[in-house]
Amino acid sequence: MGARSPFTMAGRASFTRARFIAGFLAVPVLLYLVYVISPYAQAFYIAMTNWRGVNASPRFVGLENFQRLLGDEVFWTAVGHNGMLLVLLPVLTIAIALFFAFLLNAGGAGRGVSGVFGSGFYRVVFFFPQVLAVAIVAVLFQQVFRPDKSGMLNAPLIALGLEPIGFLSNPNVAFWSILGVLVWQAVGFYVVLFSAGMASIPREMYEAAQIDGAGRGRLFRHVTLPLLWDTVQVGWIYLGIAALDVFAIVWVMTAEHGGPDHSTTVMAAEIYRNAFQYFRFSYASAMGVVLFFFTVAFAVLALRLSRRERVEF
Amino acid sequence: MVTQAEKVRLSRGAARARRRLSLGPLSGLSHVALLVWTVLVVVPIVWTFLASVKSEDEIFGNAWALPETLRWDNWARAWEQASVGRYMLNSVVVVAAGTFGTMLFGSMAAYVLARYPFRGNRAIYLLFVSGLAFPVYLALTPLFFVVQNMGHLPLIGQFIGLDTRGGLVLVYIAYSLPFTVFFLAAFFRTLPHAVAEAAFVDGASHSRVFFQIMVPMARPGIVSITIFNVLGQWNQYQIPLVLLSGQSKDKWVLTQGIADISTAAGYDADWAALFAALSMAILPMLIVYTIFQRQIQAGLTAGALK
Repeated sequence: MGARSPFTMAGRASFTRARFIAGFLAVPVLLYLVYVISPYAQAFYIAMTNWRGVNASPRFVGLENFQRLLGDEVFWTAVGHNGMLLVLLPVLTIAIALFFAFLLNAGGAGRGVSGVFGSGFYRVVFFFPQVLAVAIVAVLFQQVFRPDKSGMLNAPLIALGLEPIGFLSNPNVAFWSILGVLVWQAVGFYVVLFSAGMASIPREMYEAAQIDGAGRGRLFRHVTLPLLWDTVQVGWIYLGIAALDVFAIVWVMTAEHGGPDHSTTVMAAEIYRNAFQYFRFSYASAMGVVLFFFTVAFAVLALRLSRRERVEF
Repeated sequence: MVTQAEKVRLSRGAARARRRLSLGPLSGLSHVALLVWTVLVVVPIVWTFLASVKSEDEIFGNAWALPETLRWDNWARAWEQASVGRYMLNSVVVVAAGTFGTMLFGSMAAYVLARYPFRGNRAIYLLFVSGLAFPVYLALTPLFFVVQNMGHLPLIGQFIGLDTRGGLVLVYIAYSLPFTVFFLAAFFRTLPHAVAEAAFVDGASHSRVFFQIMVPMARPGIVSITIFNVLGQWNQYQIPLVLLSGQSKDKWVLTQGIADISTAAGYDADWAALFAALSMAILPMLIVYTIFQRQIQAGLTAGALK
């Protein structure tokens, strides 16, 4: 905003202006302070008390909860799973989405660079899982993954005389089932996102590269990817944060909310379990603080690492 | 004699024929890859729809067998006995109120922060935006007690405490504000000043300029972010799980209700009704999405492209 607005000329005008500003901000700021800022602020304090559901007066215990957390194997198993998701979810989703987005925008037949026939249709279908609630998707795949011939995936295996796979009951498999469902739901969003980015790449760029004899693989590597880098970076951060925040899919879909045998549990599930099933409010808050620092560390790291020479066009 | 229109039509046809001729192997492979993913997306959903009209025996039989007769009574049971109708109504009420409140208060705050310089403006803006960085799980425990305490307020407490839809709505609004304010403030900043200034000269009040001039001008941004909030709040699971306990099942939202049917389901569960319930949750989204897919895709990706 350049010069002061014209409505600050007289004292009366400035009073109505101030009243307007205060009036418009009062409710949103109040709601935000009460329901968002105050809980976050309290969480850091609660993490340093010994508050459990039973005792009425929590006592300050410093970093005791964090010390106990260091020796909590289940929590570190959960952290490990979040860590694996943090790497695998973005890598797989972005790779698959880039592949499809490139096909949709530049995989078409004919001279020049064009999208494939029916690219609009694919975009609509691919995106659909994104509008479904994660909890609904979790229930859906719980049924798809059933361990006997009533399971959508196991029925053909059994028909072929193969052993059925315990998608959710085998501790060595269950984590990968979670990852699969997460990728299944996420890909469409990034196909649309990357498509939008690719559509804004000038056609002449491709034509110039083609005249120089570049094939589609090289087009992708040397034209599409560098020009799309900013968007990929945004996707990487989004998916990373999503990986740290996984909850509903694990809580709803897996046995024992993170089982079998903690093989799928994640930080958010442990926080919820400790707070609302064991009523260890302080301990759960300490986990929340750890999750918070992981999130901040990831965001800072991702921004640092992926900062590259920006290509202007 | 060949008219201009015919000429155009002819050349179009020729171009199409040429394109068809040059359908290279790459295009073929592209389609195979794209079709595989289409199948991966569509089949589980269609399979669920089919299972929703199967009998219990058919559901426990071969998963790929088609239903012998279409048992719509599964749907009736899910709607009535499994209370899916109730849950859906709750979701509609909560999301309608939540999104309306989010848009009203979010756009008011965003507008003032974007266009009225004053001391503390920047601080309030940053306070809102900082909410984007915090994982909601950190706030869960204190949030539960904040809402519990709100329930003890005189008069209004009974409408906004734990186990109330009002409490859930207020929490939805508060947690939707960071992104809404962030996005709309950026949008309001880009709008021209001339129209508003002309209105001020004509003696319009600040709030009148906002509601009658700025909001209509910001319509594209408001539509995008409304869609974003509707979907976000409709799909919310974690917050209702914390705020609406098992004692208030009549207030549960759809995600919570369906997840509960599935996790609580034992051997004697009504599996056919579960599939019907799932279908009922998916179908409206499918229809709404098909109608508004362009706006929905734009709305959901708007944040990432900013």
